[in-house]
Amino acid sequence: MSATSARPSHAAQPSGSAFILKKALISAAVALVLFSLMIGVRTEAGPQGGLIYWTRFGDLAAMVGTVFGGSIIIELLRQWWGPVDKDRIVPKPVQAAMSFAGRWLAPALLVFAFLVPVIFYNQRYILDLSILVLTYVMLGWGLNVVVGLAGLLDLGYVAFYAVGAYSYALLATNFGLSFWVCLPLAGILAAFWGVLLGFPVLRLRGDYLAIVTLAFGEIIRLVIINWQSLTGGPNGVSGIPRPTLFGIPLDNSDDGLAAKLGIEFSPTHRIVFLFYLILAMALLTNWVTIRLRRLPIGRAWEALREDEVACRALGINVTTTKLTAFATGAMFGGLAGAFFATRQGFISPESFTFQESALVLAIVVLGGMGSQLGVALAALTMIGGFELFRGFDQYRMLVFGIAMVLLMIWRPRGLIGHRAPTVFLERNQAISSDLVKEGHG
Amino acid sequence: MDYFAQQLINGLVLGSIYGLIAIGYTMVYGIVGMINFAHGDIFMIGGFIAMISFLVLVSLGLTAIPLILLIVLLVSMVITALYGWTIERIAYRPLRHSFRLAPMLSAIGMSFVLTNFSQVSQGARVKPVPPIITGGYTLHEGSEGFAVQLSNIQIVVVLATIVLLAVFTWLVSRTRLGRDMRACEQDQTMASLLGVDVDRTISMTFVIGAALAAVAGMMYLLYYGLVDFFMGFVAGIKAFTAAVLGGIGSLPGAMLGGLAIGLIETFWSAYFSVEYKDVAAFSILIVVLIFMPTGLLGRPEVEKV
Amino acid sequence: MSGDPILTVDRLMMRFGGIVAVNELSFAAERRKITALIGPNGAGKTTVFNCITGFYRPSGGAIRLAHDDGRSIQLERLNDFRISKQAKVARTFQNIRLFPGMTALENLMVAQHNALMRASGLTLLGLLGLPSWREAEQRAIELARTWLDRVGLLDRADDAAGNLPYGDQRRLEIARAMCTEPALLCLDEPAAGLNARESGGLNELLLSIRNEQGTSILLIEHDMSVVMEISDHVVVMDYGVKIAEGTPQAVRDDPKVIAAYLGADEEEAIAVMESGT
Repeated sequence: MSATSARPSHAAQPSGSAFILKKALISAAVALVLFSLMIGVRTEAGPQGGLIYWTRFGDLAAMVGTVFGGSIIIELLRQWWGPVDKDRIVPKPVQAAMSFAGRWLAPALLVFAFLVPVIFYNQRYILDLSILVLTYVMLGWGLNVVVGLAGLLDLGYVAFYAVGAYSYALLATNFGLSFWVCLPLAGILAAFWGVLLGFPVLRLRGDYLAIVTLAFGEIIRLVIINWQSLTGGPNGVSGIPRPTLFGIPLDNSDDGLAAKLGIEFSPTHRIVFLFYLILAMALLTNWVTIRLRRLPIGRAWEALREDEVACRALGINVTTTKLTAFATGAMFGGLAGAFFATRQGFISPESFTFQESALVLAIVVLGGMGSQLGVALAALTMIGGFELFRGFDQYRMLVFGIAMVLLMIWRPRGLIGHRAPTVFLERNQAISSDLVKEGHG
Repeated sequence: MDYFAQQLINGLVLGSIYGLIAIGYTMVYGIVGMINFAHGDIFMIGGFIAMISFLVLVSLGLTAIPLILLIVLLVSMVITALYGWTIERIAYRPLRHSFRLAPMLSAIGMSFVLTNFSQVSQGARVKPVPPIITGGYTLHEGSEGFAVQLSNIQIVVVLATIVLLAVFTWLVSRTRLGRDMRACEQDQTMASLLGVDVDRTISMTFVIGAALAAVAGMMYLLYYGLVDFFMGFVAGIKAFTAAVLGGIGSLPGAMLGGLAIGLIETFWSAYFSVEYKDVAAFSILIVVLIFMPTGLLGRPEVEKV
Repeated sequence: MSGDPILTVDRLMMRFGGIVAVNELSFAAERRKITALIGPNGAGKTTVFNCITGFYRPSGGAIRLAHDDGRSIQLERLNDFRISKQAKVARTFQNIRLFPGMTALENLMVAQHNALMRASGLTLLGLLGLPSWREAEQRAIELARTWLDRVGLLDRADDAAGNLPYGDQRRLEIARAMCTEPALLCLDEPAAGLNARESGGLNELLLSIRNEQGTSILLIEHDMSVVMEISDHVVVMDYGVKIAEGTPQAVRDDPKVIAAYLGADEEEAIAVMESGT
């Protein structure tokens, strides 16, 4: 949060120390006004209920000074770096290295993912974090179908995540159904809700669709909070059964897996099991998506993103095509939700806020719309980066927000900026993302 | 009947506040074509600055309430407007001709930044202020002892909204700036060829939108007597809903949508259930959009084939 | 007009608010013939097209399509994607509407969507990768290859459509429409923006589509050299009504036509007359 990036947008930029100093002074002045009351004065509800305040001019001066210094540094960097254009942001050799890396990056990541529980067997924290990352990878891949392929902007994706989680939680706690029965049910229910929402609203275009999906996400959350007799309201659902290995529980009972195998019980077994479970689910999502892209339905999704009118002229039923994309994405969200519920053992509406939708959307867009590898990398970066700031809890969202802004400015097209064709005659060559449309929906 | 009249008054007041925020959304959308997700937080910042400046002025020994309010209004409008300007400069301008989703995500990021900035700098607890504008009138004494009240603060909110709308309408329809804004809305490239400073016009749009949001924030503070760092999210979504309901890009639509959302919320709380008031507002948005895909006053999107 | 019409437009009306864009227009397009719809700018040609291809719902009148097998379809009752799917009417657009981020080949694959959806068992069989699906996909690729070859774009099959030069994009759009295997092909200004050589190539392509595929063609065109050279029948519109029709020769000499073009735009009128000689 600083005013340092106040940059002239024209090509010819003056340089010289006077100019830099002038810019820095303006930035500092802007910062002084912005922060004068918000930082310079601290308010708090007093003991008698009234408001009291005290001044923090030291902090204010420090912030303004930081902006001043930061502005000078940024301006110097900019002049050293030269005019900003695409080729300069990512230098040619780096680009070449990246495209080389791109070829073995995906397989390497996959192998690494399989080895994570082996390497980090004794580090519970890393295992937990990996499970979290994989959950978001799966969510990102699911939303990618809707946003990245079909070009439909969905700001309420978390609703389907919630539907999946609550489906499993309620079916399991009320009817005693097992995880493996509930998992497909959760997916189907989420897809059903996707169709239910999608059917009336998918003829809306662009930002109208965005706000309706956002509203739908909020409706689901509010209903969960308020329908206390069913969902437990803000207190959530607890005591959700843990998953079993096809009926064999992973606990230290006599029927448990450890006892059956005759090995010593360790709670890590369950974590490792959960890890491979979400890895398998995520890979299934990936496999299905890659498969679908090469089928007529997937091509129709992408065609829809490129030009809806042309699709209609080619006899493609736009509504059902959108619905299938919406339902497919919702189904993956629901499956991930069921996993989330069984992993946590407890769910509450707090886990299904708009922030989650925004986070998943950020993962998809940062990944490079439509790119499976990009989404995985973005999930790793975002969730991993987010975790790094766990220690600075109160600044976490601040840093996260700033990172989002900076990443968008750095790479508006996402990390992986090209599209792979789904079929080819001679050459399988990537298509620059500058040509790829982003859809109107 | 009396109960109904009372709810009508309450709904109109709430709707005025939503409408003021919604104008900011609709203006930015009309010109830049992006959802400014940070706008709700601009409203929150406006409320905070009004609260802090009020506190400081009172502790400096000022006692004339009208004078205090005037200063608070000016201070919060100016500082909040600068927030709007800065955010556009930092987070949106570099992305103006980029991919459509990029500025939107940048805006979501900005919204997180503002929410958290105010949480960190002012603390997470709700900040209450004592009632500043008190008193009112009893319009009608009902038979069952229920009286229709119109408080002074409600009058102030509605009057301020009407005055601002009048000024704003004049600004857009009669001034050079307004003409530039309408030109940019139609075609930015052409406008710049004809000598309109597009960068400046867009900046001014954000400045005006933020200033209106600051007024809304101050009205909220006066009306409800509290601010907190998270209030921007819900109010922002509601106001955006209002803008879409009215037909995004349409200024009268934003106000109309704001009033509609305010009334729906108030009446739903009064006659059905408080818990589901937001669900009602969002559901009506969905229903309206299904039947009128471009909102109440939105121009129908002509599909060029 | 006698003969064997594939498309019969009968007293077509199209109003936008108070404006009558098309007023009681009647004409017919014959089977395996090229029919041109011409007229000054704003005459309502594209509106007629949009009515035929289901983008607009006509305010009145009837549009009838008679298939080779005797099936007759009332186009004004179908809408949207069904025109292409059920009535087998394909179209191109005045401003090219390709899928720019997809390769030329992919564009042609999307055009075969409905056939491929059936072959993939509404995705399920395809997801399992059954051999019947693989064969169908291979056939679709072959059809696409054939059409890429016909329009001379075989060596650019794997390039993004948005990267192709303008003239190539025009031809690719026609190839894409042909991949839907239409009975009637509607072309909205196919020669717009083409140079003389390209527009000559276009003439050959359209004639070969008529002669080899037996596809009937309805086209809107401003380039009179194209119209005069390849059309079998010409319908002239002005202000939403038909003012003349007949063979290219007859139309060119019609004083009403010349007056319409003169009244609308002198240069255009001169172009009409010169290009015919």
